[in-house]
Amino acid sequence: MADPKALYQEVILDHNRKPRNFGTLSQASHTAEGHNPLCGDHITLALELRGDAIEGIAFQGESCAICKASASMMTAMVKGKTRQTAETLIKEFRDMATGALDVGQGDHHLGRLTVFAGVRDLPTRVKCAILPWHTLHAAFNSVSSTSTEAGDDPMHAPIGDA
Amino acid sequence: MTAQARSRIPGAVPETPVSSGKLNVERIRADFPILKLNVAGRPLVYLDNAASSQMPQPVIDRLVRYQTEQHANIHRGVHYLSETATAAYEESRRKIQHFINAREDREVIFTSGTTEAVNLVMHGFGRKFLTAGDEVILTTLEHHSNIVPWQMLRDEKGIKIRVVPINDAGEFLIDEYEKLFNERTRFVGVMHVSNALGTVNPVKAMIAYAHARGVPVLVDGAQAAPHLKVDVQDLDCDFYAFSGHKLCGPTGIGILYGKAVQLERMQPFKGGGDMILSVSFEKTAYNAIPYKFEAGTPPIAAAIGLGAAVDYLLALGMDAIATHEHELLEYATAQVSGMPGVRIVGTARHKSAVLSFTIAGVHPHDVGTLLNQDGVAVRTGHHCAQPVMQRFSIPATSRASFAFYNTMGEVDALVAGIRNVQKVFG
Ligand SMILES: Cc1ncc(COP(=O)(O)O)c(C=O)c1O
Repeated sequence: MADPKALYQEVILDHNRKPRNFGTLSQASHTAEGHNPLCGDHITLALELRGDAIEGIAFQGESCAICKASASMMTAMVKGKTRQTAETLIKEFRDMATGALDVGQGDHHLGRLTVFAGVRDLPTRVKCAILPWHTLHAAFNSVSSTSTEAGDDPMHAPIGDA
Repeated sequence: MTAQARSRIPGAVPETPVSSGKLNVERIRADFPILKLNVAGRPLVYLDNAASSQMPQPVIDRLVRYQTEQHANIHRGVHYLSETATAAYEESRRKIQHFINAREDREVIFTSGTTEAVNLVMHGFGRKFLTAGDEVILTTLEHHSNIVPWQMLRDEKGIKIRVVPINDAGEFLIDEYEKLFNERTRFVGVMHVSNALGTVNPVKAMIAYAHARGVPVLVDGAQAAPHLKVDVQDLDCDFYAFSGHKLCGPTGIGILYGKAVQLERMQPFKGGGDMILSVSFEKTAYNAIPYKFEAGTPPIAAAIGLGAAVDYLLALGMDAIATHEHELLEYATAQVSGMPGVRIVGTARHKSAVLSFTIAGVHPHDVGTLLNQDGVAVRTGHHCAQPVMQRFSIPATSRASFAFYNTMGEVDALVAGIRNVQKVFG
């Protein structure tokens, strides 16, 4: 088992202290809200998609360090990338956090995001790390620029109810 | 405190006070096998007693004895085991009757816990006697289990819920409560001790005020029964609910005390075996209380285990328990309130063994994960009391909650853990 202390690495603490892409977008084309009632984590994610390209991304909200750092690093990672690339990362991140992907072994594109590998040993914190990624997935599938679609988000319910 | 206890906690400062000694805590700890565990390579410091407290060996032994020598279904067989099990189950009911000083044993109903007890009152009393426009008074402090059932009744019947506000200390003022009464007030639900903040509420005065207006009162005693001497006749409450697992007993068992006059006029909550006198497809006659409210086979072992837990607590003495826990709380409060960046949430004048706090710049979930790495178990979150969190404009707190088997050294471990959290996030 990985030392859970390793979870609070300097990278994570730094992104928690100074989150990147924190705020709103004036030109958002897609938004979604993510909520984890278990610990009260709540984030709002805004995307500016042009075709398949993620031109802009920003998040806001109140959350624990794990969730906030995960959101911050996610936005930094997917900005300027395509939607397909982001969807791949969503899947890989989720697999890493739930233990389905061993980042030391299999092929993946997670790069620095592997600092979150330790959450898989902390079942109550897995959701904190995954929440921003689920919210990104929901934002891709939102049909308008309002956040009221969160209730229809297929990824929202499993997080909220768990 | 013994030298051994001191050495459990690295860095315990010499001025750690010694408790006044009414309880021999080290000997008591020897009764709790789980307290010998190591977590993350450190001795477990269990400070999540408000969520669930631990079980001493005599209670574990009682469960084993029941299961190995006495198990059968109750109230049904004429054979030896059924009679033995029935006798043990009913004896446990009488133990609980004495524990809360109920007038009669038939006023003690076994439920699955506090939550089911409140739901029983909502269904049995609320659905029968309340109608549209009637008002139920609750408090901001309530646990969700004493809010949601009444909201279900509101949606079904059109009753109104009125809520007593709290001040910045986490206390509510009795005149705010009194102001909520009017000619439509039909019921009051109030918790005895707050699980989120530790506030001890003036329930006796609140009950007297309600009774002067003919309004019955349900007290949620989930956090009071493990820590204070509860006397339902002295309180004069109509209903009193608590859970076994917070009382060093098993999960899946709890108690609803109800005055016989109330229970008799209520409708049953669940239908099935044991709660009937006779059944035909035309008409069913219900059994007398308490059986009217105990449909189906109950958790017999758990009920008997709860009786053993009550024996254990009474042997220690509820006053001695309260005194020791109060000393723990005072010491912890003094230590934590002196720490820069740490804020205690809930500073009522009358408090029980709960210390809720926030650390500036650190989310409670991160506090909980880091404390766990020091072997310290606390609860983090909203404590099933979101209205309380909203009142203080915070999403959550970290909560240390004490039991009689905790030591001053464990308070030191908590304080050292908080310091470490601040260092990591510094
Ligand atoms: C004050 C209070 N009321 C009710 C409950 C619910 O108890 P249970 O989950 O055992 O039904 C709790 C426990 O979480 C509590 O602290």
